[in-house]
Amino acid sequence: MSAGWRKYLRPGVTLPFCPGCGHRLLLKHILVAVDELGLDFDQMLFVSGIGCGGWIPSPCFNSDTLHCLHGRAVPFAIGAKRANPKLTTVVVSGDGDLVDIGGNHLIHAARRDEDITVICANNMNYGMTGGQVCSTTPLGATTHTTPRGNTTRPFDLCALVRGAGGKYAARYLVTQGDALVAAIKRAIQMPGFTFVEALSPCPTQFGRQNRMDSIKEAYRYTEAMTLPRELASSREARDTVGLLLTGEFEND
Amino acid sequence: MAWRTVSSTLPPGRIYLSGADAIVEGAVAARCGFFAGYPITPTTEVLERIAVRFPEEGAAFMQMEDEIASVCSCIGASWAGVKAMTVTSGPGFSLMQEGIGHAIMTEAPLVVVDGQRAGPSTGQVTVGAGDVMQARWGTHGGIPTIALAPWSVQELYDGTIRAFNLAEQYRLPVLFMAEAATTHLNEPLEIPSEVQLFERDKNPGQPPFGTESPDGVPPMPSFGEGEKLLVTASTHNSWGFRRTADPATERILTSRLFNKVMMHVSDIAEVEEYYLDDAELAVVAYGFTARSALAAVEQLRQEGQKVGLLRLKTLWPFPAEDVARIGERVKTIVVPEMNLGQLVHVVSASTRCRVVAYNQMDGTVIYPSAITESIRNACS
Repeated sequence: MSAGWRKYLRPGVTLPFCPGCGHRLLLKHILVAVDELGLDFDQMLFVSGIGCGGWIPSPCFNSDTLHCLHGRAVPFAIGAKRANPKLTTVVVSGDGDLVDIGGNHLIHAARRDEDITVICANNMNYGMTGGQVCSTTPLGATTHTTPRGNTTRPFDLCALVRGAGGKYAARYLVTQGDALVAAIKRAIQMPGFTFVEALSPCPTQFGRQNRMDSIKEAYRYTEAMTLPRELASSREARDTVGLLLTGEFEND
Repeated sequence: MAWRTVSSTLPPGRIYLSGADAIVEGAVAARCGFFAGYPITPTTEVLERIAVRFPEEGAAFMQMEDEIASVCSCIGASWAGVKAMTVTSGPGFSLMQEGIGHAIMTEAPLVVVDGQRAGPSTGQVTVGAGDVMQARWGTHGGIPTIALAPWSVQELYDGTIRAFNLAEQYRLPVLFMAEAATTHLNEPLEIPSEVQLFERDKNPGQPPFGTESPDGVPPMPSFGEGEKLLVTASTHNSWGFRRTADPATERILTSRLFNKVMMHVSDIAEVEEYYLDDAELAVVAYGFTARSALAAVEQLRQEGQKVGLLRLKTLWPFPAEDVARIGERVKTIVVPEMNLGQLVHVVSASTRCRVVAYNQMDGTVIYPSAITESIRNACS
């Protein structure tokens, strides 16, 4: 793996993430992918929404960045890309931003096959506002707004995007660096709408409320929620309920 | 200043157009490069016409999933270096307010056409002027932007071009406050042979969010030019770095955003005066209602009454000095509006003269006879 990713950081910026936050790893993976693709960083536009995930490119990346309204990163990115098709346009934001408040824009961008890549830093809760339930919070998980446990089913984001017509979706843990870098590279290179979901543990908010005593435990919890998609076919369907399949998913 | 003269995109001379088509042709003449919108009565005709005209001119047309996506994609396009525009009506204008705030805060030039209707909520899709105060106070934070009030098909054409120029010159979203009554109007207009356009001052290497003067407009580079732009609607310093807990940064930024409009009111705000030299009563009106007001004033003049009209071509920033000046000369000001009283409060606050409101909110235009009557009542 390339170690040259630090040269893409904006000078003078201190990474703003909590100890153990998965977003820091995702930040590195995105920059490694950019470096390995040999892209001109001055012809890249990173668009982000509001929340911890939005802070990955803004202000950390030393390229053009557009920090948007909560939930609206996708339409901002589409406008920029349509106005200047030479811009390699990548949205990086959180699950609450992209899928809860911004879900309608996400599915329509996938349906219309807009030529952007969306990278979702999924930490399964609203981290920046202190840990509230969102549409990706697992059943039973405790948050400040589900003190007795979450009773509503979470979205499977890759299935959502594929259902809306997105041609490429991938999901990996932030600890699966090589796979995630490869997926980000494929997504950026592929024309049309592509989606990469990075499962990114939030020890500070989600972990603390769910009695995970250490950063390591928060990562173990997230890992235990996943199953590589190639193993899923060998299991009974009921054994995969509630698990998030990792891997690449393509529509024909 | 970066003014340039270009040829008109329509053959010069007198032609006959609908108000909706005049907006579209004005945008084409202004070299608008990107449009995004969502269908809504009574401005769907504008959207439909742009779907035909913009691709012919090499400009982008997008029908989005809602008005929020429409205004947000326009901001993205504006930062990518093209002139951008959206069109809507009352309910869609409400949905766009947060995006308008983002454009004010990131200083993104943009034109938002609002074909106003009556409201509130879904209300009536017929005529009205329901969004006059929303144009000034609709987005949170209270920073002013520019809102124009066209009254004719000619002005829907000329005013659209001016809206783009003001947006670029002051780096802000300009709200073009049309009305169903004017967008659905058909009448002749004059197409000049040339158009004056203001082009963005780029000035590479300079801070894109700060100026030395407290009322300045910074240069605006675009994405893809190697400027490594840090664009955010959070409180930011002159290079775009977020400083969301620093009182000085917030003060410097918000006061400049305020001053760049409010210290240039006389350059931005335009009015027209009719029969005011010896008038003892003035009507202050805007938009379609000003047409009825002019007809009423001319009829009363024929009857020998000393009445005049001050037409506000610009709603925001409010031409307070013009209203104050007229208020010194007349005994009474009548303010007719197709709503239950919006701009009348600002008129009242601008003059010590007696101000009388005439309000009609029923989905129909105010006839000259109603204004004549309200003037007679005000004099009795």
